Amino acid sequence: MADLVSHPDEVKVVSRRFGKGAAAIDRYLELDGYKAVQKALQQGPEWIVNEMKASSLRGRGGAGFPTGMKWSFVPKESAKPKYVLCNGDESEPGTCKDRLILEHDPHAVIEGVMIAALAVGAKTGFIYIRGEYRYLVDIMRKAIAEAYGKGFLGKNIFGSGMDLDVRWHTGAGAYEVGEESALMESLEGKRGNPRIRPPFPAVVGLWGGPTVINNVETLASVPHVVLGGGEWYANLGTPKNGGTRLFCLSGHVERPGVYELPLGYNLRKMIDEVGGGIWKGHKLKAVVPGGSSVPILKADEIDLAMDFDTLMKAGTFLGSGGVIILDDHTCIVKFCLRTTQFYQHESCGWCIPCREGTDWMKKTLVRFHAGGGIRRDIDNLNYLAENMLGRTFCPLGDAAAMPVMSMIKKFREEFEAHLEGRPCPFEAYGAAVEQVPVLA
Amino acid sequence: MIPVSEQLDRFFTEKMKDYPTQRSFLVPMLLYTQDELGYLSEEAIAYLAHKVGLSELEVRNVISYYSMLTTKPRGRYNVQVCTNICCQLRGAEELFEHCKQRLGIGHKGTTADGQFSLEEVECIGACSWAPAAQVNYEFHENLTPEKMDEVLEQYRRHG
Repeated sequence: MADLVSHPDEVKVVSRRFGKGAAAIDRYLELDGYKAVQKALQQGPEWIVNEMKASSLRGRGGAGFPTGMKWSFVPKESAKPKYVLCNGDESEPGTCKDRLILEHDPHAVIEGVMIAALAVGAKTGFIYIRGEYRYLVDIMRKAIAEAYGKGFLGKNIFGSGMDLDVRWHTGAGAYEVGEESALMESLEGKRGNPRIRPPFPAVVGLWGGPTVINNVETLASVPHVVLGGGEWYANLGTPKNGGTRLFCLSGHVERPGVYELPLGYNLRKMIDEVGGGIWKGHKLKAVVPGGSSVPILKADEIDLAMDFDTLMKAGTFLGSGGVIILDDHTCIVKFCLRTTQFYQHESCGWCIPCREGTDWMKKTLVRFHAGGGIRRDIDNLNYLAENMLGRTFCPLGDAAAMPVMSMIKKFREEFEAHLEGRPCPFEAYGAAVEQVPVLA
Repeated sequence: MIPVSEQLDRFFTEKMKDYPTQRSFLVPMLLYTQDELGYLSEEAIAYLAHKVGLSELEVRNVISYYSMLTTKPRGRYNVQVCTNICCQLRGAEELFEHCKQRLGIGHKGTTADGQFSLEEVECIGACSWAPAAQVNYEFHENLTPEKMDEVLEQYRRHG
């Protein structure tokens, strides 16, 4: 459904089968499908985990945790059943890559789940897809049924004597459920309130059993790692940041789209060349490099290799691969308000700092952007954010705090300009603002 | 009499066997029930509560968490316009305003003939094809007010 784009700098691994009809199992088999899981069966769990470690594949959901290490945390012996859970609750603003994988290559996700299950000794995998992606749920249901039809799932898979089931599941609208512990709650039929950790899911997860939770893109990369070898995959990226990833370019670029580029690709080049530069001949103002929750970068801060470690050193995160580009006509206060409004809407209210913090930040920003701001608000917003950071069960509190803190730090003058040029100095660019009276 | 079709009820019974606890499939059950009935009625909640062995209150507690679920009837076509940042940067606010004018209803409103509902929603995963909207489950991307008119007209003609 969504349009595919391409660029000569792309290195197609996960997107190799996009647009080739691989959602149908016979086509998938022609394109090396289900070969990786057979190789994994022959080589055994220890080999799989070692290849994953060698590949330096890191979680594509946002946290960037090394996948091989995550799998190695699952205890070998367990009284309770072990599970693999594929996180397809993609909902971080700026991120629209898992959608393409689930549409064009659903069997790669199934195969990834199977390999993960073999590696940790699980007999059941679940693929959880967000409720809004109903057409992808239908594609996945069909793909799973086809895999059972061929005998790739169920009893005695590939004559190995091992049984393995993969199930589909769907949500019903909740950003928060993309967080691993909330995801498990939702799969258990409850509200998606997060769980406190430890214990971590690798030890106590779904229904109390050890559980591996990986993002769709991570799991879709797994068969390629198994077939091509960990070393091959690692060498596509930078040290400790193996492979490629799907970068979702959005906002004010000429050619937005999802592009698969090696980790370490230069951010400026990604915007200027792959994305075709800033639209309408405008200038670049800022970039949010990893989904709406990560700290913003100014236009002069983007000569960066897009990998987890480089971005962390630059004070932000590679996150979910959503690269949001803002031109010089964008009002940062308004952008900050819309970002905060989202987190306020999605806060589940379980932890007080997040519930109250997001609400007060939103209220303050609404008034501030509407011309009713006072100087004290700027530091107060920062104070509210600081008091959420690291003080909640799940990272939603951090996700709401980090953008606000970074925008105040890097664009303070723009907040101040709203006090002088009420209601909003960017109104001339079409930001319609209804003015409210100043309180103090 | 159950409020959903026998086919859906059988589907739930089968699917529930995939899980170690009775309530696990509840969230999809709520959504599929809503798809069939248009909303989660009192009868539907009672049916689902009985089916998964929970109190109605517990089921309502789950419903209130998920933004797609509703206990109030909506129009046949639920127009969901994303105004989150990536869509906002490419004109989603104007698009949403346009929809309000065109349909003559506001956020979470329903037209008098019951054909359309309108909703401002959070990110639907169409960031690289912004601005975007969903009508029921169908995606419409790279929208302009003119394209949106065509989309609405298609549904209107469809009845």
